[in-house]
Amino acid sequence: MDYAINEMEQEVLNATRELAQKKLKPLRAEMDAKEQFSQEMLQEYRKSGMMGLWLPEEYGGLGGGITCLAMAFEELSRVCAGLALTPGTSALGAIPMFLAATKEQRERWCPDLASGKKLWAFALTEPEAGSDATALKTTAIKDGDFYVVNGTKHFISTGKEADFYTVAVNTNPSRGARGISLLVIEKGTPGFSFGKKEEKMGIRSNPTYELIFENVRVPKENLLGSEGRGLLYLQETLDYSRPGVAAQAVGIAQGALDETIPYLRTRKQFGQPIITFQALGHKVAELAAKTEAGRALVYSLTHRMDEEYLPAVKNAVANGTTVHDELKKLKGQRWTKYSAEAKLFCSNVAMEVADECVTLCGGVAYMRDFPLEKYMRDAKITQIYEGTVHIQKNEIITALIKEYAAKGDEE
Amino acid sequence: MHIVACVKQTPKSDNVKIDPATGCLIRSGAASAMNPFDEYALEEAVTLKEQLGGTVSVITMGPPQAEAVLRDSIARGADAVYQLGDMAFAGSDTWSTSYALSKGIEKINSVRPVDLIICGKQTNDSDTGHIGPQISAWLKMPNAAFVKKVVEVKEKSIVVERLTEDGSEVLELPFPCVLSVVKEINSPRVRSVKGRMAAKRAEVTKWTADDIGADKTMLGVKNCPTRVVKSFVPKREVCAVAVEGANGKEKAANLVKLLKDGKYI
Repeated sequence: MDYAINEMEQEVLNATRELAQKKLKPLRAEMDAKEQFSQEMLQEYRKSGMMGLWLPEEYGGLGGGITCLAMAFEELSRVCAGLALTPGTSALGAIPMFLAATKEQRERWCPDLASGKKLWAFALTEPEAGSDATALKTTAIKDGDFYVVNGTKHFISTGKEADFYTVAVNTNPSRGARGISLLVIEKGTPGFSFGKKEEKMGIRSNPTYELIFENVRVPKENLLGSEGRGLLYLQETLDYSRPGVAAQAVGIAQGALDETIPYLRTRKQFGQPIITFQALGHKVAELAAKTEAGRALVYSLTHRMDEEYLPAVKNAVANGTTVHDELKKLKGQRWTKYSAEAKLFCSNVAMEVADECVTLCGGVAYMRDFPLEKYMRDAKITQIYEGTVHIQKNEIITALIKEYAAKGDEE
Repeated sequence: MHIVACVKQTPKSDNVKIDPATGCLIRSGAASAMNPFDEYALEEAVTLKEQLGGTVSVITMGPPQAEAVLRDSIARGADAVYQLGDMAFAGSDTWSTSYALSKGIEKINSVRPVDLIICGKQTNDSDTGHIGPQISAWLKMPNAAFVKKVVEVKEKSIVVERLTEDGSEVLELPFPCVLSVVKEINSPRVRSVKGRMAAKRAEVTKWTADDIGADKTMLGVKNCPTRVVKSFVPKREVCAVAVEGANGKEKAANLVKLLKDGKYI
């Protein structure tokens, strides 16, 4: 079922489905096997307008919202979760910028972001700061009109290919988590280099790199928002981006079913198509129901988010203010709990569906000639990145405790 | 730069039935789409526009439902679209069709001078490959057919590489000129989200034979110089040749001779 309610969202679905079938599908197996980023696919994303779906028309975007972004990510991931990350991670890297950027910063960065001329990436994780992001050790010390950045980030998606990195740094280490700020660091800045390229289980066509900063001088104009407010922007970013990962997970689950059901219909054993064995048919039914439940959760959430996000973006462009400030003016609600629920549920569904689909199809699905094993490898990351399933549970229970404590106070 | 791409709505499948009485294709009921070769023509026009700036206009001749192929052109990056539709055009052969298209292009040219006209090498429903070269003849413009690559665009000319039976050749044509292109030239993009939305709202300019000042005695099934005697779907045949020879060396020599005789090498 399509949960698109407006014309633009319907066209995003149509365009993405065509793009995924005609351009993505022929590339996925080779790029996965070679562990290679696809410049060819990047060109196709640029030409089809995929890179700026969620950005305002004033900057060359489509003017869509979080729903458009999620839908595209779902449909692309349905065919290849790895190559889908080109627009996916560029959005993730740019969301904190877009939320916190001043008018001048938006004008500087958004047109090339929307056209896909420049790719963005998100750099938070460090060797000793994964789930505990506040433990990050990368420092940015003010020196006149510059910040001098030192430290290492790792497991950075679209590393080396991206042009701009939204990097979480500490501008005031004595203040701990309250010293965390966000800096935009451009590839090619002296002292900024790339370390190890990771060899991964899944999403292999998206390069994962270590970023090394050695006395990198970053102009102060590249600071997002104000110093010490990095964690706030990061939380806000994850609220908007986690439904995207949830959508990706739904896409992976759907894609696995797309490969599985036709096979089960044609594969005959004991003289009949194996999908007619009730044990298998009922399993497929359960998987399909869970996938649909995940999809319903994602789009109920993103449509509600868009009710605040789209007016906030419009006001920010009209008033020359930041999107973050406009969201505050609209007294928008925090989506942390719902985003975490969507990501937790959908990523678990993706893993379960991909795993069960491999089992249902049997030996053939274990072979690399058949695309299912890739879905199983790709599904795993959705339970890990942008906060592991355990972190999502932390977010949910923290919110629930607060909600029920507040109720208790009222009583 | 103002580029005109010529497109045609044709049956989606290459397995279209032929009316045995008239020898014509039975078009009703068959799903239609843009002639696949025209996708390459339009893609090249849009790519050149993106590189050099300018406008892409698309023209088609066909019945009312052919409007769909023009909206599709907008979705693929065209800026303006023109449909030649008139009962007077019905049943035209390539001579008549290319005449009508050239009159349409002249009218487009009168509003905004045309630098380049791009056609697909042929259609998938009649396979003639006439239209591009014939348009160039009507308009007295230079022409290159079977173009596989645009090598360079200069201020007043374009350098292209075209396929020939023996290989390829590089030609330089002064603007305005006509190209017909083969599928090796590019990889057509998919319809973008913005394009799809623009396609729904696009204005399709519709012209009759009178609107383009065409001489009606040169149009339509009654006036065109060719008659369809018979149409048929080519048979798929697999030809295998066993290379003879007393030993491996002789067989290899015979194989090389066969390839040379066939001008494959």
